[in-house]
Amino acid sequence: MMNSRVKHFLLHTALPPLIGLSGFVLLWSLVAHSNSSLPSPMQTWESALKLFSDPFYRNSPNDQGIGWNILFSLERVGTGFGMAAALGIPLGFLIGRFPFLDKMTAPIISLLRPVSPLAWLPIGLLVFKSANPAAIWVIFISSIWPLIINTAMGVRQLPQDYLNVARVLNLSEWKIFTTILFPATLPYLLTGVRLSIGTAWLVIVAAEMLTGGVGLGFWVWDEWNNLNVEHILIAIFVVGCIGLLLEQVLIWLAGRVRA
Amino acid sequence: MQKFVQVEQVNMTFHTRQGTFVALQDINLRIAKGEFISLIGHSGCGKSTLLNLIAGLLSPTDGVLLCAEREIAGPGPERGVVFQNHSLLPWLTCFQNVYLAVERVFAATESKAQLRERTDAALALVHLSHAAQKYPHEISGGMKQRVGIARALSMQPKVLLLDEPFGALDALTRAHLQDELMKIVAETQSTVVMVTHDVDEAVLLSDRIVMMTNGPAATIGDILHVDLPKPRNRLTLANDPHYHALRGAVLEFLYQKQAHKEAA
Repeated sequence: MMNSRVKHFLLHTALPPLIGLSGFVLLWSLVAHSNSSLPSPMQTWESALKLFSDPFYRNSPNDQGIGWNILFSLERVGTGFGMAAALGIPLGFLIGRFPFLDKMTAPIISLLRPVSPLAWLPIGLLVFKSANPAAIWVIFISSIWPLIINTAMGVRQLPQDYLNVARVLNLSEWKIFTTILFPATLPYLLTGVRLSIGTAWLVIVAAEMLTGGVGLGFWVWDEWNNLNVEHILIAIFVVGCIGLLLEQVLIWLAGRVRA
Repeated sequence: MQKFVQVEQVNMTFHTRQGTFVALQDINLRIAKGEFISLIGHSGCGKSTLLNLIAGLLSPTDGVLLCAEREIAGPGPERGVVFQNHSLLPWLTCFQNVYLAVERVFAATESKAQLRERTDAALALVHLSHAAQKYPHEISGGMKQRVGIARALSMQPKVLLLDEPFGALDALTRAHLQDELMKIVAETQSTVVMVTHDVDEAVLLSDRIVMMTNGPAATIGDILHVDLPKPRNRLTLANDPHYHALRGAVLEFLYQKQAHKEAA
């Protein structure tokens, strides 16, 4: 006889996603069956096994293993995001703390934020005269807005009680920042980080398609030119899995901070 | 009478979007060293505004406030404030919350060990040594309020300002903390100004009860001397006719002379 808790888990937690996934694979098989240009799930799986059996080979600058492509994309996202964080987070604190600065920057932020990050690529190419810094520049510009906006919002939502404590205790501006402002804003800041890394990961594939070199986006475009559709499908899954993983890690981190 | 805190001819006007609002008018109050003063009145009578003026969180529109012969120009460590909703920082332990205050006042002159000793002593005073390493969300509402009191006392303030300190607590916890506050005040000889809307609390704890008229333009309606001998015991007082007479006087002021228009 099955333990009732195990049964409940299988029925309500494990079963629904399993049905969803197998339905998806079934639908994919049906479409692949009626359209010969789309590889079937089985073909894709076999191709993936071969691909991941040697992820770090290097034949030429344009023919490197999947592992290298993933690492290069992550590096670009990391660099672009890191620079955005270094500038955006302090800026967010300042904007949240000083209403004058808020009103000063509000029109620029509102105007530039809705612009598609890829529209910035030509500017990057023009200024940096090179593809890789231009791709990083696009990541930078797309991930800076959520950082600024969420940090500033966190600072603005600081309860008056805490500020009264700071005033009554006569804390210095630095002490206010380290013991009150920063810890109170941290959950908002982490939401900003999550949104901004999510956007950056969305944008990197598109940016690399345009700039070339090494990276998942470039690889997708390269395999399209080779008409290797299996690899394109694999790339889509890899991008999805890494995006999911990044998101989960950041959610876990935010949960640890709140607890 | 030694004047320790002086409120001289204070007016307080707020400018809001709906226009100007006169909260306090012609407030004059002199508080002696070691005295326990309660500010009582209906909600909206400006009693918290008066406390915030003494704390230095607000500046008066007219008039002047003095503490130990010096003008109150802003908040200062010689005036410790206990807020209604404890206002502990949730990411710091009880010890760290108190240490923050201790550090600010004494770090310039004392060693780290002495600062820690002061923090421990403040927590011991409110019987919370066992909860020093706990975070505010891990302890009860009454305990949080005691940490707030410990934080205020740890700065060794000349005046302790309490803004409805027990308002958010249940009746039993409130009684328990009132008893503890009585002991602490007796022990530390503190000068205390407390905002309350609880008549029993005011009579039990105070030397004088400052009764405020209804706003707008609230002022001091009457001041009642509570000449009950100390230390006071709530059980003995329950059968004391003089206690009931004093209590009756406050109730009469609040519910007859200053009855709320809505209630009438």
